[in-house]
Amino acid sequence: MEKSKAIINYDKAVIDVDKVSKSFGDRQILHDVDMQLFEGENLVVLGRSGTGKSVLIKLISGLLKPDSGTINVLGEVVNDLSERDLMKLRLKIGFSFQNSALYDSMTVRENLEFPLVRNKRNLTRAEINKEVEDVLEGVGLLQAINQMPSELSGGQKKRIGIARTLILRPDIMLYDEPTAGLDPITCLDINTLINEVQERYKTSSIIITHDLACAKMVADRMVMLLDGRFERQGAFSEIFDTDDERVKPFYDYNFIV
Amino acid sequence: MGRKINNLLLEFARLHRFLMRFFREVVSPPFEFKEIIRQCYEVGWKSFPLISLTGFIVGFVFTKQSRPSLEEFGATSWLPALISIAIVRALAPLVTALIASGKVGSQIGAELSSMNVTEQIDAMEVSGTNPFKFLIVSRIVATTLMIPVLCFYVAGIGLFGGYLSITSKDDLSLLSFFTQVFESIQMIDLFAMVLRAVVFGFTIGFASCYVGYYSSKGTEGVGIAANSAVVASMFIVFIEELLIVQLLGFITPLIS
Ligand SMILES: Nc1ncnc2c1ncn2[C@@H]1O[C@H](COP(=O)(O)OP(=O)(O)O)[C@@H](O)[C@H]1O
Ligand SMILES: [Mg+2]
Repeated sequence: MEKSKAIINYDKAVIDVDKVSKSFGDRQILHDVDMQLFEGENLVVLGRSGTGKSVLIKLISGLLKPDSGTINVLGEVVNDLSERDLMKLRLKIGFSFQNSALYDSMTVRENLEFPLVRNKRNLTRAEINKEVEDVLEGVGLLQAINQMPSELSGGQKKRIGIARTLILRPDIMLYDEPTAGLDPITCLDINTLINEVQERYKTSSIIITHDLACAKMVADRMVMLLDGRFERQGAFSEIFDTDDERVKPFYDYNFIV
Repeated sequence: MGRKINNLLLEFARLHRFLMRFFREVVSPPFEFKEIIRQCYEVGWKSFPLISLTGFIVGFVFTKQSRPSLEEFGATSWLPALISIAIVRALAPLVTALIASGKVGSQIGAELSSMNVTEQIDAMEVSGTNPFKFLIVSRIVATTLMIPVLCFYVAGIGLFGGYLSITSKDDLSLLSFFTQVFESIQMIDLFAMVLRAVVFGFTIGFASCYVGYYSSKGTEGVGIAANSAVVASMFIVFIEELLIVQLLGFITPLIS
């Protein structure tokens, strides 16, 4: 199930990570990482658990600060921004969390309204309702509008989480392991949704995963995080054309050869 | 050993930053009025039934137990004065604080740490809402405002419990009971009660929020946070009670 060609502008990097390092205590997680995300592109980041994939996208959205190096997002250097400017920039970045991170004390509708009413204060009640319903319709879950997160399945939560970020019309989407813990059919649905989002909302996206089927379906390009560095990048076939013992098991396990 | 001391110092530094951040953000706009009101309702309402029962029982039982000592001197008519002073000066703020530590503290600790574990706090932060202001400031403000309100309520219901205990033996009208109560309570006593309640309320909110916000990731962190929130709140409340008693012992003679 190869992905259809997307319209990508390889002259414009919407995210430019330049020589970024990050340690926790005396454990260095990222070593001088370089990475670019081009406009319109779906970039898949592969890597084992605990290699720092989540740390990387948390650095990009300013939830963590790098020890050294610069992170440029949509022309702004994230690590230099004031709290207020960072807040503004974040509205252009959608973040889909691994556990969906729905507010479990609120209904689906309230979850979706939350970012909307707090960032666009002059919307009327009717406009808010319309936005919420449109976005929910887009992820195919309009019928869940009055449910609580605890009543939803893992796949539904994931969709609602994605819908909640789409409601602010982000330019960039960051997906943290979007298919982790889901059954194969739901995985297919989520992958399709990721591609639909790219097309419909014209987003540039980073998709973190170790699910190669997902990677194959959604990636325009892939990079692989090995021991805190990006050592391999390219199309699916290029990444796995190697005898590197750190890379081969990914392929072997996923496609049982 | 050196490592332990180092960790302790780091913890204090973090505690200090948390405290400073609270005072900075509580006075700087935008204010989360709606969330503060919602939290006030939560704090007030959650502990209301338990606090009503406890306040009543404490007043009733305390009065019943005090009666024999006064009877020996034929001084049972002093009961209203005695219980009003005991309730306003010590029992009401302490009972309110302990019940609220249990009910509200564990609730806040569990709520915040589960939001932390499931990345809801991060989610809030990346979608343009300051989670410190929305979650922490609103809760601390709510407990600081509501514990004094609950404390007055406990004092009232405790006195009522005392009144019922007295009338089970003596004839005393509610009016003359409360006349005696208000004659024996001084301004300084009311001031001390409010002071205690405000300090305790702030403590419960602050300690529970701190524990929940910095809970370890992982599901077992939620239980630990709920538990530590209660223990920390109660522990600090007792220490503060000791300090406030000393402080009042020092300033009361200066005023009267
Ligand atoms: N806030 C943090 N404090 C300390 N260590 C962290 C923190 N966040 C992540 N780590 C550590 O960094 C490493 C990489 O984590 P992460 O990026 O979540 O891995 P993954 O690639 O599976 O997403 C892990 O070993 C984790 O324990
Ligand atoms: Mg991760």
